[in-house]
Amino acid sequence: MWSETLLASTVDGLLIGVVYGLAALGLTLIFGVMNVVNLAHGPTMTLGMFGIYLSATKLGLHPFAGLVLVAAGGLLLGVGIYVVAVKRVIDAPHLASLLATFSVNLMIVGVATAIFSTSFRNLSHDLGVLRAGPIAVPGTRVAAALLAVAVAAALQVFLTRTRLGKYVRAVAANRAAAELVGIPSARVLALSFGIGTMLAATAGGLIALSLPFTVLSGGVYELKSFVIVVLGGLGNPLGALVGGVVLGLIEGIVPVFARATWVPVLEYGLFVLILLVRPSGLLGGGR
Amino acid sequence: MRTGFRPSVGLALAALVLACPSCSSKPAEAPGERSESSSPPSNAPTVVVGYTASASGKLNVESIRQRNGLELWREHVNATGAWRVETRWYDDESRSDRIQELYTRLATNDHANFLISPYSSGLTAAAAVISEQYGIPMISTGAASDSTYQQGLTMVYQVYTPASQYLTGALDLLAARLPDLKKLAILHEADRFSSDVAAAVKARAEASGYAVVLDEGYDSATTDFSPFINKIQQARPDAVVGGGHFQDGSALARQLADKRVAVPFVALLVAPPEPSFAELGSAAIGIVGPSQWEPQAAYDAAAAQAAGTRWVGPTGAEFAHAYLQAFGEQPSYHAAGGYAAGLVLQDALQRAGSGEATALKTALDATDIMTFFGRTTFATAPESHGLQVGHLMVYVQWQQGAGGKPVKRVVWPAAAASAELAARPTP
Repeated sequence: MWSETLLASTVDGLLIGVVYGLAALGLTLIFGVMNVVNLAHGPTMTLGMFGIYLSATKLGLHPFAGLVLVAAGGLLLGVGIYVVAVKRVIDAPHLASLLATFSVNLMIVGVATAIFSTSFRNLSHDLGVLRAGPIAVPGTRVAAALLAVAVAAALQVFLTRTRLGKYVRAVAANRAAAELVGIPSARVLALSFGIGTMLAATAGGLIALSLPFTVLSGGVYELKSFVIVVLGGLGNPLGALVGGVVLGLIEGIVPVFARATWVPVLEYGLFVLILLVRPSGLLGGGR
Repeated sequence: MRTGFRPSVGLALAALVLACPSCSSKPAEAPGERSESSSPPSNAPTVVVGYTASASGKLNVESIRQRNGLELWREHVNATGAWRVETRWYDDESRSDRIQELYTRLATNDHANFLISPYSSGLTAAAAVISEQYGIPMISTGAASDSTYQQGLTMVYQVYTPASQYLTGALDLLAARLPDLKKLAILHEADRFSSDVAAAVKARAEASGYAVVLDEGYDSATTDFSPFINKIQQARPDAVVGGGHFQDGSALARQLADKRVAVPFVALLVAPPEPSFAELGSAAIGIVGPSQWEPQAAYDAAAAQAAGTRWVGPTGAEFAHAYLQAFGEQPSYHAAGGYAAGLVLQDALQRAGSGEATALKTALDATDIMTFFGRTTFATAPESHGLQVGHLMVYVQWQQGAGGKPVKRVVWPAAAASAELAARPTP
């Protein structure tokens, strides 16, 4: 009986952890390429949630079709944020880019609150339940996790197999050298910020498939993303996925053994421990 | 070397200020003040009522509805010509750390004669300290926690039924309608209000012979309830009670349905009475929730007479109609609570004959009235001064309506019920 609960909670933690990982992937990619900590990450996820919700309720689109719109919108939004708020401060001290992205955060939350209020939204899309022994998993959770893995794999292929992806890695490794060999670093940086934002918006959309949300929900996931990237290694895409799964498993498994109030204690305890003992993260920082 | 840092910081700070209108210290303009029709005669005595509302942050929806109800009352009382009520309010951003600064400002800068609480128990506890410190009476609405009134306060008066009674009526409902269900799981938000409710319901359940097979709190930021639902499934309860506020309660209800949890009775705090709970679709069906007020509640002058008390203010239908006209939506109990707080103040003003604090306090201590919101009487014993002892909760359940859409019905108490309780269907 006890082991059944453990098994079920492990599967739940794994599935939500992959989605957390995808969200953190956007944050870590932006930091890895341009050394900017994107404090607009959470509101971008919120916009992804509202994007998929509105495309389903106002345009009548299937949520998965809406996800394509969300991804495209996230890419364009990211490029826009980069051009308007980040480009000018990219070489300035960290505080400047922190303030710039934080101001974008406040603006998005302020405008979204004015338009949508903080009322909760719910996207009712039932894909049934998958059952295996004691495990009962909503279909939307499984679909969200599979899509998150697919998007992460596509990113990996993009970064390693395409010319543009190699440009991104080159700029991340050494921007000056990349410019010397003719790589248009300004455009690559804009694209990278766009991809990072696209990943955040997509993760937001996937979360909205199975969890209710408000304009403030992004903040919760932004905090999780920061913990994840520190766990996995700031700037390391694979580390972000691993960190996401670790966080998901902690959230899933700990309540089986202890009161749920121990979850944040363990999460942030691990966070501090990693910073003290292995500041580069479980898989090491990367570029 | 690039020197973009300083202008960028300036831009960021400017944007920060622009994006945060609530950071401004100016009180927002109260709606309706420009309305000529609501202006009382210039010789009417003036009373300044101060409060904060959450125009931003997580309590925004409930708090704005509460504010709407209060401002509607202000228009109505001004239209009577007996008093000229002016309101001063600030956005507390749903943050308790803003409350004491803002209520101090209301007391000292705005010279408020009277205070109305912010929304939520946590924020109200912070405001109560200022009310007491400056000796300005405060009516709390949208704040049900008992513990605020067990600290020896003398100037704070509660309109809502206290938290300790929020879900105890659900046990009465369960015992009356589904007496075979005996195993109870309590899963609640680990904040002040919800913990008070959970402690009270647990004590009552154990005293009534229920087996409490799970009692657990969750963090207010919880969005994924899967681990808790797995524990519920392990404990195999007949009934689940708990929840906390709107977002977590809605998420819990949806995830109970998503995981096909077969529990025939689920009662959650705060979320079910909200009209937007219907957005959950089939996941809402069968969910029970306590409500401070519902439009169907049949309080009127005859009920007041039968209860041996005085009737004050409009009927529920009149209030609902006026609210709909003013704000374009049906009133929730938060809105009704805001209006009712105004009615309690209005009655105390009538009896005190002035807005002077001591006279108002004496009048409030002697309050025993019935409004469309229900009966209002305050405890006056020092150990629980200001606690609401007259008002009763009603319990609603979302049931399948025409076309399969969820419809909210009152199922308890029996005298107010518009439908029988139905066992929650297996999703």
